[in-house]
Amino acid sequence: MSSEADILLRMRDVRIDGFADEQWHEIIKGVDLTLRKGEVLGLIGESGAGKSTLGLAAMGFARPGCRLTGGEILFDGVDLMRASERQKQRLRGARIAYVAQSAAAAFNPAHRLLDQTVESGIRHGVLRPDNARETAVELYRAMDLPDPEHFGDRFPHQVSGGQLQRAMTAMAMACRPDLIVFDEPTTALDVTTQVNVLAAMRGAVKRFDTAAIYITHDLAVVAQMADRIKVLRHGEEIEEADTETMLRAPKQPYTRSLWAVRSIRKPGEGSADKVLEVRGVTAAYGTRPVLEDVSFDVPRGRTVAVVGESGSGKSTAARVITGLLPPTDGGVRFNGQDLAPDLAGRSKEDLRRIQMIYQMADTAMNPRQTVREIIGRPVQFYFAKTGAEVDARVSELLQMIELDDSFLDRLPGELSGGQKQRICIARALAADPEVIICDEVTSALDQIVQDGILKLLMRLQKDLGVSYIFITHDIATVRAISDEIVVMYQGRVVEKGMKEDILSPPHADYTALLLSSVPEMEVGWLDRTLAAQGDGAA
Amino acid sequence: MSETDQTYSARQEAAIVHTRRGWRERTLIELRKAPWTAWFGMFVILCYLLVALFAPWIAPHGEAEIFDTPYAPWSAQFPFGTDQIGRDVLSRLIYGARNTIGIALATTFLAFLIGGGMGLMAAISRGWVDQVLSRLVDVLMAIPSLIFALMLLSIFGASAVSLIAIIAVLDSTRVFRLARAVAMNVVVMDYVEAARLRGERLGWVMRREILPNIMPPLVAEFGLRFCFVFLTIAALSFLGVGIQPPTADWGSMVRENAALIQFAQYDLKAGLTPLLPAAAIALLTVAVNFVVDWFLMKTSGLRDEF
Repeated sequence: MSSEADILLRMRDVRIDGFADEQWHEIIKGVDLTLRKGEVLGLIGESGAGKSTLGLAAMGFARPGCRLTGGEILFDGVDLMRASERQKQRLRGARIAYVAQSAAAAFNPAHRLLDQTVESGIRHGVLRPDNARETAVELYRAMDLPDPEHFGDRFPHQVSGGQLQRAMTAMAMACRPDLIVFDEPTTALDVTTQVNVLAAMRGAVKRFDTAAIYITHDLAVVAQMADRIKVLRHGEEIEEADTETMLRAPKQPYTRSLWAVRSIRKPGEGSADKVLEVRGVTAAYGTRPVLEDVSFDVPRGRTVAVVGESGSGKSTAARVITGLLPPTDGGVRFNGQDLAPDLAGRSKEDLRRIQMIYQMADTAMNPRQTVREIIGRPVQFYFAKTGAEVDARVSELLQMIELDDSFLDRLPGELSGGQKQRICIARALAADPEVIICDEVTSALDQIVQDGILKLLMRLQKDLGVSYIFITHDIATVRAISDEIVVMYQGRVVEKGMKEDILSPPHADYTALLLSSVPEMEVGWLDRTLAAQGDGAA
Repeated sequence: MSETDQTYSARQEAAIVHTRRGWRERTLIELRKAPWTAWFGMFVILCYLLVALFAPWIAPHGEAEIFDTPYAPWSAQFPFGTDQIGRDVLSRLIYGARNTIGIALATTFLAFLIGGGMGLMAAISRGWVDQVLSRLVDVLMAIPSLIFALMLLSIFGASAVSLIAIIAVLDSTRVFRLARAVAMNVVVMDYVEAARLRGERLGWVMRREILPNIMPPLVAEFGLRFCFVFLTIAALSFLGVGIQPPTADWGSMVRENAALIQFAQYDLKAGLTPLLPAAAIALLTVAVNFVVDWFLMKTSGLRDEF
């Protein structure tokens, strides 16, 4: 194990610069990395930590706008820092492969999966065209894909997201590489699909004895996949240890703070005072029905989580409440009074009291407006304040979301993901609302950032008494902050009630599947879950 | 390192913060990176603008001043000779810059006002407003614009005002299409929905949320439209229904002196005379295109990678 001979990849004091704001900045500040044959290393850290940049550097690649400036990258004796582009191209695809986050973007929609799976193998001369099909079928079988014999005859749009992700892993494995770099391969998938993809990936890596670098921000996932874990932050290594040790006894305070994520729990509390009531809402886009007879209440100063997978009608419910989509039947009552079904019929005061926070903070803010303008506008608009009054209020709001005045003149493009979402929260708060609809507000963020946002939302609720409708598919989030839960499936409410009642058995079938698919932070969770889900199905 | 540095904090999340720069400094940085074609284009445009602005001071003779000899050869008194009724060609070239560029600019502005406004309205309102406007534009675009313009000009008479109005309306159809298409991409953004949920009026959404985000393609289109308008005016003048004499204009100058080109075998310079206004048109068109190309490349998003 410890001999020098079985070391596959050795990176020493690697330094990488990125170009931004008219100058070069160091984004990887001297990181060492050693990977043995057949070993899986997990790289974790918040976004901007340099995980992906480091992962690509392991292939001797710097993406546009980045450059390798120092250190040494030895892959099986070849110095990738000094190797020519031709030499590196011979290695890439054949001995080092890469699996990207978005499988849909990595496949050419105009070619069949099989051709794409074996293409690099044939080009590198590892596979011959006549035995390529057999190899691909074997890989599809290894990745646990349905109908492996004919799977390759389909086009990328004919298979699901989870299957496509597995097909991409098969493509990476086609040349039997010594090293695969997985860059957040399951982040874009639903939890229920993620479990299967993880299992297939781990199975294949073990079976072909491939070494892998697994980049993710999901600690629970990395605990299932990796033998060793390395924690990065701001381009520097925080610590590295084998998975067991790392999970049980992290040394650095930063790692401990990562591990503490998702430990937020609050007991569900009820309230008899209903601020918002959704009464028998049925809605449709054109003639296609999306919601059927949906009813639930929002108690004042409490959080109602609306849970379900994509397509279950969660977001449509939000559109009905905000008045963007008038319902065909039923309605919404606010403080005991009926709300006009569509936006045009509602008064400015009605609009002010229900605010919305979106999933993608990037598209929820005008990229040409500064933070001052974004947060200042509602203050100006609803409260007719001007000049210094607006500025004072904006400063106060920035304090509330744990940022400061140095952010006033920044544009959205100059903020990190978490900061963007905080600005969106501040914009909603600027209207001094009674209800805030949070549409998947944390699902695009790293766990540690999610954690910060959830804590912030909880604190704001305690201080301001605002009610949340929290739309999400993430059970961990629900567990953390909700008081009441509404489970939706195919446009209907399947189950609703207090958090404790919904989260403890007995569950409805769909709720049970959702609950069991959320990864937990301990070694061996994946095996147990697969066994349990297998039993359930059998 | 204190404890707070080593745990999570929202302020410390990694983000690329740009140095606060004024527009003057930003422009300088961009200019320093501009390719030579852009520099050439900007230089040429600047020269044309100076000539157009200071025409009465630069021109050696008056715009409509008639001398004794028509078709005089190139000489010290008349550097490019005189035209068919004895007016100095150089002076008319200089005054022509003023008239042709002025009318082309006014027309392009008007076309953008009409087309841009309608396009934004169609994109935001959707539904029947969009349908009516779009189909109307389709009808207008189905008729060859030069023939349509000729027809309208002969109905309304060839004054500068009707020239501007007619070309502006015909050209606004293309601006409408572009404005509508790019605005469509912005209208679906959550921030536009957020503004509507806030209760903002249509005008505010158009001006503050959408317009700043579709400016780059519109500005680039402005340059290209200007070239086309410019060429249309020159073509109409060449056909005799554009800018009317005695006002100097490059298009009509080509037509008036066209006969001279057959004397090129006896006197090369005389043959060149009708080509001079044509060359002036070509040079400006090329220059504007160079600048627009650079602007498009700069704003097409390629920059994000660097």
